[in-house]
Amino acid sequence: MDMADAAVIKQHLIDPEICIRCNTCEATCPVQAITHDSRNYVVDADKCNFCMACIPPCPTGSIDNWRTLPRIKAYGLAEQLGWDELPAELSPEQMAESGVAADAMPVAEPAAASASASATTGSEAAFNSAQYNATLPPWSAAHAYVNLYGPKAAEKSVTATVTGNVRVTEVGREYDTHHVVLDFGTMPFPVLEGQSIGIVPPGTDAGGRPHHARQYSIASPRNGERPGYNNLSLTIKRVLEDHQGQPVRGVASNYMCDLKVGDTVQVIGPFGTTFLMPNHPKSHLVMICTGTGSAPMRAMTEWRRRLRQSGKFEGGKLMLFFGARTKEELPYFGPLQNLPKDFIDINFAFSRTQGQPKRYVQHTMAERAADLAALLADPNACFYVCGLKAMEEGVVATLRDIARGAGMDWDTVGATLKREGRLHLETY
Amino acid sequence: MSTISYSDKIPNNVNLSEDRTLQRALEQWQPNYLAWWDDMGPDGSQNFDVYLRTAVSVDPQGWAQFGHVKMPDYRWGIFLNPGEKDRKIHFGDHKGEDAWQDVPGEYRANLRRIIVTQGDTEPASVEQQRHLGLTCPSQYDLRNLFQVNVEEGRHLWAMVYLLHKYFGRDGREEGEALLERRSGNQDNPRILQAFNEQTPDWLSFFMFTYFTDRDGKFQLCALAESSFDPLARTTKFMLTEEAHHMFVGESGISRVIQRTCAAMNELKTDDPKKLREAGVIDLPTLQRYLNFHFSVTIDLFGADESSNAATFYSTGLKGRYEEGKRVDDHQLRGQTYKVLQAVGGKLVEREVPMLNALNEVLRDDYIADSRAGVERWNKVIEKAGIPFRLKTPHKAFHRSIGALSGVKVSPEGQVVSEAEWNAKVDDWLPSGSDRAFVASLMGRVVEPGQFANWIAPPVMGINRQPVDFEYIRFG
Repeated sequence: MDMADAAVIKQHLIDPEICIRCNTCEATCPVQAITHDSRNYVVDADKCNFCMACIPPCPTGSIDNWRTLPRIKAYGLAEQLGWDELPAELSPEQMAESGVAADAMPVAEPAAASASASATTGSEAAFNSAQYNATLPPWSAAHAYVNLYGPKAAEKSVTATVTGNVRVTEVGREYDTHHVVLDFGTMPFPVLEGQSIGIVPPGTDAGGRPHHARQYSIASPRNGERPGYNNLSLTIKRVLEDHQGQPVRGVASNYMCDLKVGDTVQVIGPFGTTFLMPNHPKSHLVMICTGTGSAPMRAMTEWRRRLRQSGKFEGGKLMLFFGARTKEELPYFGPLQNLPKDFIDINFAFSRTQGQPKRYVQHTMAERAADLAALLADPNACFYVCGLKAMEEGVVATLRDIARGAGMDWDTVGATLKREGRLHLETY
Repeated sequence: MSTISYSDKIPNNVNLSEDRTLQRALEQWQPNYLAWWDDMGPDGSQNFDVYLRTAVSVDPQGWAQFGHVKMPDYRWGIFLNPGEKDRKIHFGDHKGEDAWQDVPGEYRANLRRIIVTQGDTEPASVEQQRHLGLTCPSQYDLRNLFQVNVEEGRHLWAMVYLLHKYFGRDGREEGEALLERRSGNQDNPRILQAFNEQTPDWLSFFMFTYFTDRDGKFQLCALAESSFDPLARTTKFMLTEEAHHMFVGESGISRVIQRTCAAMNELKTDDPKKLREAGVIDLPTLQRYLNFHFSVTIDLFGADESSNAATFYSTGLKGRYEEGKRVDDHQLRGQTYKVLQAVGGKLVEREVPMLNALNEVLRDDYIADSRAGVERWNKVIEKAGIPFRLKTPHKAFHRSIGALSGVKVSPEGQVVSEAEWNAKVDDWLPSGSDRAFVASLMGRVVEPGQFANWIAPPVMGINRQPVDFEYIRFG
């Protein structure tokens, strides 16, 4: 068993015998961790960040229930929705069966920075910034399999089953973002953090041709959204307008967001041989993303977190620069904040927070210039940028300014980043 | 020690201190409100310290402050959920435009009507419940009754605030009229019929808070989608309070069932006569009360086809339940919905334009939610090992509004003759003798930790206090 599975969590649960389904908790929860069907209100362990905002407004006290258990045994949404009463605490024997001591301390919930990445790769446009984009992976990256399924492969596509589809942004917002889990059953589909897959939407376009496949960055680490399962997650934003703000209905994003558990989808890929993470123990990651570009960052962060928990990985810094319009639009905002500070150095930038000046990722990067300059000079540090195309130039220009500010020659630094596979841009 | 400050006359988060016009209006209205409370509020409750939950701000930590308070000193006030910057209208003809911070002239009359109708239900339920304190089954229940009452009072404040702030002289007059109508009064009744029914006993009260306050949840949810932003924000905050009212109903009935089932098992009988002699409420009587309150409440959603509902939706005044979660075009043109109608002695479904059927859509959402709760009551019966199930009657049963009004339909949904209805009505709805029996059980129990014989104690106390906590300090 992966040691990460043995982690102990304190899971937040609602007592179905007492809850009256008044919806107060769901309305109060700032991270949309609470959902319901006609039977029960339940808390999604993957989303709950223990902010406790739901506790005082609950009129019944049913909200205030907790169970300590191994993460691998965490109660899923479907399971909770079927309950008539709360399960008992696990006995020490049951805990031991899962490989954890009965008195093990619960840890914070897993890393989850994410957003969708309807990434169309190959962003070699007329941007100056793009000239620094590496065409090779970092030297210690794992070998990636690509194009196992696709038009030129023996199998044109592989069928995956949806085993989860939950909304991860605030309801009532203009856009919704979904966390979709796909399971490949017994079909081989090996992936690495930073890779993407293609989804083939069913049906045909206005011209009667089959839809093109759409690419999405993988949001889970190499050993699965749930370790030891042949599955992966995507974080997909429903697209209702194009980059110019014109109304448009994203074919694949809407298809994906509307999928139900049990539905099947046709998948091609995996894709991507360069936007891969270094694996040597001293390697540092600098991750720069805006709202919808954080899926690969979530994958990398979670892989490092699992490694660290297993005790197999000694170090390497993680720095995250994460921008969104508001914190409400930042999916999984809560879980991210729960990561240990000595594990990841998180810098948020919100451009539309009421009553505050606009802040973009570049601003937060400039504030951390001293740390970033040291990492630019460190051959063990790799830089990853993912998000809207419009951010790319500003981010790379900021890296240049930071280098210059620290007395480095950008032409040398920039060329080295590219040559050594240390700077990766994936914008769309 | 109470944690509540009474320093402000009218606690609020609407910047009242800088709005002289609003201040004058409310300061004039407030004494009349207190006079109404004295006349029509809970009977004989003036000098008790009641363990109440009071909102001091709208954040999760602020709106659930507990402390002993004398009810007339309750912090009545005006609280709106925080505004959302650049909120857009998300349904109807104005979809995509900025939400209104003021009342558009062309919708003034309709908005006022919506607010007045909602506002009228708040004092009405206090009036309906005013004598219940005299027959409470425990101190815990008495506290819950008072909590419901003060929050209904505050909801009245919320609606009156909107009337005063946004509707000028008309609004002030409507605000006055809300204090002048009386539940059940022949000459000047409350606007909606369910709010003129009596709430004579605690079983009715629990049924009312389960079914009728749940109607409140659905209506408030629909108003919380409104394009008129102050109404949306006000009702959002009201919803958080409404939850407690439903809790009182759902857990109240659940406890009645639990006690009845315990008596059935002790006495090894399901004979209503024997159970009544044992001083508990038999399950068939509960079913009849359920039938009554369910049918009266679903009438509150209005006619199954309504051009008003269509107008309210299209013009953005009132959305659907969970409008923001629905994935359709949020305009509903060209869509249809099925409504029921009695034709030739049978109930048949008929497709009508969705926009005109929005009352029915909301009613169906409500019915699904209500049923789920009834199933939970059935769990209590099941756990006791008793082969009996409560169920909600058919949607067409005992209706007084819309296409189904006047049609005689059994709880199972069979259209029946007038004669058959008359022969069976006492099996289906509470009879005079049912009501007399329930009334006979109503005696006052107020010692901490003591409960009337016909109801089980709750699973836990309010705010995690013990069940035998001194929720009310008399005298």
